[in-house]
Amino acid sequence: MNRTPRGAAPTAVLVVLLSLLSGCGAASGDRNTLTVLAAASLTEPFREIGDEFSKRAPEVDIRFNFQGSSLLAEQIRQGSGGDVFASANTDMMARVRGADALAGEPHTFATNQLAIVVPPGNPAGVESLADLTDSDTSLVVCAPRVPCGSATEQVESASGVRLDPVSEESDVKNVLHKVVAGEADAGLVYVTDAGSAGDEVEAIDFPTSDEVTNEYPIARLAAAEHPELAGRFVEFVRGERGQRILGEYGFGAP
Amino acid sequence: MGVPLPLRLPALLALALIVLPVLGLFARIDPGRLPALLTSSTALTALELSVRTALTATVLALLLGGPLAVVLARSRFPGLRFVRGCVLLPLVLPPVVGGLALLYLLGRTGSLGGPLRDWFGLTLPYTTTAVVLAQTFVAMPFLVVSLEGALRAAGTEYERVSATLGAGPWLTFRRVTLPMLLPPLGSGLVLTFARALGEFGATITFAGSLRGTTRTLPLAIYTEAQADVDAAVAMSLLLVAIALLVILVARPKAVEGRA
Repeated sequence: MNRTPRGAAPTAVLVVLLSLLSGCGAASGDRNTLTVLAAASLTEPFREIGDEFSKRAPEVDIRFNFQGSSLLAEQIRQGSGGDVFASANTDMMARVRGADALAGEPHTFATNQLAIVVPPGNPAGVESLADLTDSDTSLVVCAPRVPCGSATEQVESASGVRLDPVSEESDVKNVLHKVVAGEADAGLVYVTDAGSAGDEVEAIDFPTSDEVTNEYPIARLAAAEHPELAGRFVEFVRGERGQRILGEYGFGAP
Repeated sequence: MGVPLPLRLPALLALALIVLPVLGLFARIDPGRLPALLTSSTALTALELSVRTALTATVLALLLGGPLAVVLARSRFPGLRFVRGCVLLPLVLPPVVGGLALLYLLGRTGSLGGPLRDWFGLTLPYTTTAVVLAQTFVAMPFLVVSLEGALRAAGTEYERVSATLGAGPWLTFRRVTLPMLLPPLGSGLVLTFARALGEFGATITFAGSLRGTTRTLPLAIYTEAQADVDAAVAMSLLLVAIALLVILVARPKAVEGRA
């Protein structure tokens, strides 16, 4: 009979668990990994900005975490780490600031506007904001709880048009997906998302879109492991190079 | 009898992994705000929709999945193993895959949804019906699996006796098979209902999210979590409480260890 010494298995389990835990600890303590938490709508330009930044500072690895600004704000408040936060509106930045999680002042580095997107060929013949209220037109928008949704609400009050969506998605990319998949006749997304979707959608500007502008603030986080690097990244985004890349993706200047 | 020592610690860790996060939810809650959050119109609207759709999905699962279980347990045909495997798919697929699959079949441009729309002017996405379909897709296998397992375990002896006494297949099914199925049917229905109540991924992908129409409790929790975490946690507690209640009150056999 093959007998294992008493307690050997629990000890083994503990050893495995502990080594896993310590492994995680070591990873987050990397010397030059800059963690940037950024709004999902910044995904494409920030990847490019990150590449450019790394060219100038090869010793730095940038790790991006792109998610909804609201979710990121909550994670920061709950104490998840990170060096830089870039939000899709000022509310979410204010929430992080209210939790004393910022180091220094946030700076607006870009602006964004909404556009109507329709599937190629515009099957429902949408021409204007008012056409979206047609009951035959299935419209998908962002939920009021997320930045693109609060921008949508502002568009409604600025234009006086009462929208009647068939679905309120929790993320601007989900709205875009419903339109790309042909499951919605129209959607309201950021101009920049419409641009990144290329030929998969047609974008339609509307007059009041200029009046409702989302401001994107960026700030260093109080919990930053690399405060100096974080400051350099913020400056790079706000600098000439970063601004040019953001402009190429359709973002407005602050 | 005794449980070997080397099993006890991992068992304890496993239990902790399930129970501690749920307890953590309770710790996160602000008791002062709880009553207001639970009776908010957002929570109540979502709860009402959830219960209504999950009940409908359970009935649908019974009407369609029940017969499927009998067919799987009592017939022999080539490819039976494959069919049985397919029935299990929703259990192992990520629900969002189920949602995409439903969307590309029944969506407005889907292979079945397109003709439905062109011929009958019928569109499913963004409707409460879509929620029920998503829930049925994900939850029905629980019913089929528990019923089929029970039928196989019971064997066909009584049914054969009934046949030799001159009863036809339908009479035999009603008078012999059905009574045998009642206890496992209860537990299967409870599991199906609980799973339908918790459905998230397939619903948000296929049915979208609109208050009162398609935003069930899990979807409302997700949307609230973007803005008011306390409200999201309160609604999560509601869902945990209902799920526990359903499981404890109905004491399904599959959960009691006699699947």
